[in-house]
Amino acid sequence: MSDVNEKVSDEVIVSLLNVEKWYGSNNVVKNMSMKIKRGEFLTLLGPSGCGKTTTLRMISGFEEPSAGVIKIENESVEMKEPYQRDVNTVFQSYALFPNMTVFDNIAYGLKVKKVPKDEIKTRVEEMLELVQLKGFEKRRIDQMSGGQKQRVAIARALINAPKVLLLDEPLGALDLKLRKQMQLELKRLQKKLNITFVYVTHDQEEALTMSDRIAVMNGGIIEQLDSPKNIYEHPKTKFVATFIGESNIFEAAVNEVKEDCAVVGMECGRGSILPDDVSLGDNIYVSVRPEDMRFDTESVEGFNIKAVVKEFIYIGNITKMVATLSNGDEIKFTRLHTGKLPQVGDVINVYWSLKDGIPIPTETAAELQALKNVKIG
Amino acid sequence: MKIIANADYVKRKKKSRLSQVFMCAPLTVWVVALILLPLLYLLFMSFMTKGPMGTVKYIFSVESYIRILEPEYFNVVKKSVFIAAISTLACVLVGYPMAYFIASKKKISGTLMLMMMLPFWTCALVTIYSFVIMFSNSGLVNTFLMKLGIIHEPISLLYNNFSVAVGMVYELLPFAVMPMYSSIEKMDKSLIEASKDLGAGPVRTFLQVTLPLTKPGIFAAVILTFIPCIGYYMITDMLGGGTTMLIGNVIYNQFTSARDWPFGAALSCILAAVILILMYVYTKFGGDLDDLGA
Repeated sequence: MSDVNEKVSDEVIVSLLNVEKWYGSNNVVKNMSMKIKRGEFLTLLGPSGCGKTTTLRMISGFEEPSAGVIKIENESVEMKEPYQRDVNTVFQSYALFPNMTVFDNIAYGLKVKKVPKDEIKTRVEEMLELVQLKGFEKRRIDQMSGGQKQRVAIARALINAPKVLLLDEPLGALDLKLRKQMQLELKRLQKKLNITFVYVTHDQEEALTMSDRIAVMNGGIIEQLDSPKNIYEHPKTKFVATFIGESNIFEAAVNEVKEDCAVVGMECGRGSILPDDVSLGDNIYVSVRPEDMRFDTESVEGFNIKAVVKEFIYIGNITKMVATLSNGDEIKFTRLHTGKLPQVGDVINVYWSLKDGIPIPTETAAELQALKNVKIG
Repeated sequence: MKIIANADYVKRKKKSRLSQVFMCAPLTVWVVALILLPLLYLLFMSFMTKGPMGTVKYIFSVESYIRILEPEYFNVVKKSVFIAAISTLACVLVGYPMAYFIASKKKISGTLMLMMMLPFWTCALVTIYSFVIMFSNSGLVNTFLMKLGIIHEPISLLYNNFSVAVGMVYELLPFAVMPMYSSIEKMDKSLIEASKDLGAGPVRTFLQVTLPLTKPGIFAAVILTFIPCIGYYMITDMLGGGTTMLIGNVIYNQFTSARDWPFGAALSCILAAVILILMYVYTKFGGDLDDLGA
């Protein structure tokens, strides 16, 4: 996980206010408001069809919002054509011009702006050096590998010194190893140039690695907009808890709130969480990461959850354990290196540290909002 | 083990080769008997001498080729190339926006293509006759204009070079639209977005991205319209009314009324040579013969 970029200022560079997008009767972006800060690396993360690419395309100007206001540096841009906006895009398919050399591709934006030839030459050379493609000026696009094309696409966009760089799943076509390398490089570039990046991806690991903030999207709304650490450790909705990493989700009711803990009753037994954020009688989800799940042969104070060990799954650096609860649900454990391992079929007592049981409201404001929109539609 | 496998492989390869020969046989017979042999015969005939009463004397001569250079015939060749070039240009200029429009209407592009192809599937004779009915002196257009009192006597819309060119465009437009449509349709649309994203307006985007990338389609359209244009004799006959003679009509006459087969054959060979040179130039410019449907 990345530490917070110190260069991020509080100044807002892009703001979306109550933005909607409809395709016919299909509402792909629902009443979205978001502020993007100057110099930050913001990722729109979500499953396919969640509206993340549409949001990006509304910022770049390829889609017109059905309602709402989009401001870039305090100037409304909804009515502006893409070529009138000071933002540039790195496309998913790179979209490099096959009829031009690497040099001409990168120089395209400057030529359009009628920058003097000498200046174009020096700036393209600088860019090529920045993306480590020195000496490739005269190459044709079809002579470049996937990773090299990616670098050309980034250079072509960055040379225009955009106020915001929009990236639409730019690493999707690369293999895993190259993708990891490019992730770090992109992050390095972003810090070095201090340009605001808005990055679209469905890969949660990619988002956690690179972002200053992540907007987790689902069904056209932002479920949570927060730092990677907060997104992972304090998910605000059930969707965020399950989409970012794995989670064991328990439906629970708050039975008792004490000074140092709250007791929750679940179908499979009884557990405890920290008393903050909950009150007596609440119906909640309790989310526990597999690495935070504990077990013991003896029963643990505050917990009464029994499970039967079902199987062990070996996946290289860790071993996963799956156990079945009394109500038939399966729960996962990943941090097994402490203590003696049980056998398949053994009965174990399940527990967790109080701080690791994260309460999530069952009906979040966001979900209610989504329901309302469905009814209007 | 390895050797056995190898022998097996050779056997299988032989078998597949044999089946390939069988599969190619009908096509080979077709090409040799109906295309290659007649063309060779045409070439042979072009070097023979004309006999009396439409007969052919089998004596070698290049007289027919020399005759082509006579101004009477050479002017016909020049005019044919000129009218074909004008018609081709018009086809491309009319066809490109049409192809672009059809390609951009993804949902109905199939229907639009079908509508464009309908006249092409209709017998050319019928479509040309409809042209005559529309534009002749007592045709619809003239009658209409006279009834409205815009003109007092019919204007001659037919039987000139212009009407021939218009007829050519009318008949050959589908040949121009099809290859251009396929190359516009194949083009990655995100390239247009990329160009706009980098600050280029629609005109610049068209000139720097769309046009260069659809050039193969334009080349193919030029070839596919120019070649039939230069040889079409029916359109010239019906819309030119004998006032416009093109190379196709001269060839037709040599084999029919004039009964001078060697001269007709020589003209045909020249026409074939022009077409072959065009094809050569096309491939040299990076065109793909597959795009011509050849």
